[in-house]
Amino acid sequence: MAVAEARAVRPATKRRGYLRRKLHEARNEWTAYLFLSPGLVLFFAFFVYPLIFSFWISFHEWDILQPQKPFVGLQNYRDMLHDTGFIASIGHTLYFTVGTIPLELAMGLGIAVLLNAQVRALGLFRTMYYLPVVTPLVVASIIWKWVYNTDYGLANYYLLKFHLINQPLLWLSSGRTAMPAVILMTVWKGVGFYMIVYLAGLQAIPAQLYEAAEVDGAGPFKRFWRITVPMLAPTTLFLLIISFIGSFQVFTQIFIMTQGGPPGPGGATTTIMYYIYRSAFVFFQMGYAAALAYALFAMLLIFSIWQFRYYMRQAEA
Amino acid sequence: MATSQTAQEIGHLSPGAAAPAIAVPRRRRRPKPGRGVRYAILIAGAIIFIAPFAYMVTSSLQPEGRMFQNPPQWIPTQPTLENFRTFLGISNIEAHTNSQANVGTATVLRWFFNSFFVSSTVTFGQLFFSSLAAYCFAKRTFPLRNFLFFLGLATMMVPGQVTIIPTYIIMKHIPLFGGNDIFGVGGHGWIDSYWVLIVPSLVSPFSIFLLRQYMRSIPDELIDAARVDGASEFKIYRKIVIPLSWPALAAVAIFTFQFFWEDFYGPLIYISSPSLTTVPLGLALFVVKNRTAWSVLMSGSVVATLPMIVVFLVFQRKFVQGISLQGLKG
Repeated sequence: MAVAEARAVRPATKRRGYLRRKLHEARNEWTAYLFLSPGLVLFFAFFVYPLIFSFWISFHEWDILQPQKPFVGLQNYRDMLHDTGFIASIGHTLYFTVGTIPLELAMGLGIAVLLNAQVRALGLFRTMYYLPVVTPLVVASIIWKWVYNTDYGLANYYLLKFHLINQPLLWLSSGRTAMPAVILMTVWKGVGFYMIVYLAGLQAIPAQLYEAAEVDGAGPFKRFWRITVPMLAPTTLFLLIISFIGSFQVFTQIFIMTQGGPPGPGGATTTIMYYIYRSAFVFFQMGYAAALAYALFAMLLIFSIWQFRYYMRQAEA
Repeated sequence: MATSQTAQEIGHLSPGAAAPAIAVPRRRRRPKPGRGVRYAILIAGAIIFIAPFAYMVTSSLQPEGRMFQNPPQWIPTQPTLENFRTFLGISNIEAHTNSQANVGTATVLRWFFNSFFVSSTVTFGQLFFSSLAAYCFAKRTFPLRNFLFFLGLATMMVPGQVTIIPTYIIMKHIPLFGGNDIFGVGGHGWIDSYWVLIVPSLVSPFSIFLLRQYMRSIPDELIDAARVDGASEFKIYRKIVIPLSWPALAAVAIFTFQFFWEDFYGPLIYISSPSLTTVPLGLALFVVKNRTAWSVLMSGSVVATLPMIVVFLVFQRKFVQGISLQGLKG
């Protein structure tokens, strides 16, 4: 490899030799391809090919039970625009996203800041806040389904006891409270992760910054807004991107806690992923579901590019 | 001493960047005011966070039916393991109505075996294939390297579930498996088998990326010296790269195992035989179809969570490191 690098360093005087050099390099580095080959084969078989195949499927009426899979052109994409269920599911997904992410970011940062000063039993606190993260999502959903039980759930019992509500809430069975209930459960499950990432970010901020600000007479709130928050911007952006992609794919909680319900126009908790799942694996409309999946992909892609450009601009500034 | 060691390791984990010291609070000159408030908030928050979890544990230890009484009982008055016994004795949950095969042969223990088998196979596979690829991307120069690397990075943006519909169709048409002929027609292929849960998951661009970032910090001199001494590429990988990448490998192993232990979507779509049911799928079908046996369900939830908690407590430091490794590279 040292040899290869030395060659690369030498200024490329002749363009003619380029191809020959590359071929030579490839021959020298055949073990690199050998090491890569299992990964590459799997990668192309299960990432690249499905991505292309999915696009192909989305132009067909592809029922897994029917032998005929007629080509329908853009019909699936056109249907999507008039599919009130799908449009409602976009709204529900946005509701979920806007409900969870700010709460998770704010609470994660808050707990991290509280823990970052010399706190006794840091390990114990960290474990307690992190426990929900290691709890399997299916289990977390089961626990909270019971917490939200109208007659015997913890939520209603303690809210009534402390006179915060006058009569039991229906939680998962009411169109108004079902989504907030799912959001709360998701925040509970996720905050520990945000806390740990923010703790790592906080500890990378040089202490001198705070000391200098303190000397200049900046109070704790000013120090928080002028030092902590801007210094954590890269961490926040990282968390924002991964939580956005995660939120758009929310599924398990919905499947277990509400099944997309409560029943009503579109179901108050039917998210995009749940809608795609039902189209593909309950109604077997694979072609339509593939088109829906591509729409989801496009939404995420636009958001990711926008995020990435924002991130780059921040990094340059 | 323990903390400074952690700090050292973390510093080692993030080459180049300012080394963050995990779990080492910055030294303050003087005690801060409002210390009591700080603890009050932290303790109140911790109680709220731990409460649903604690309720799961206490409910699992109480007689069936106690959950259907108010007020909620936090400390079991008549502790019993009956629910656990019932749960582990369940064979073939009624929920599996869509399968005709193997009725009555699968027990709950089988779910745990399936989950453990799939998670550990995928974890070992990913460690091996991803570390091989990561080493090439980190330390070798070869044509198409950057193209392939950025192709991998780009697909990390693609939500995994977008490819699940085509993958399902591909799996259904794997030739010569599950009653398929050589053209992949006639049977169900890899659907409803271990293959479908394991093979597509054996490589992950994310693991490769994480390992590659870490392996870049291995000094080139070490590798070149070994090469001069006539070590084969595989020997360099095995004797130098792998031992030096241990912290990153541990982080990837923990994340991968955890991810596949709790994976629900894959088994839900691909698996219909009771004998291939995994723990999350089994529990989910139980709750969706079997609406009354909540105490038994809670004991099942406890058993399903226990391995994750043990892994977390044993590898807590690695967990925390792994997450910061992930976060700071973003």
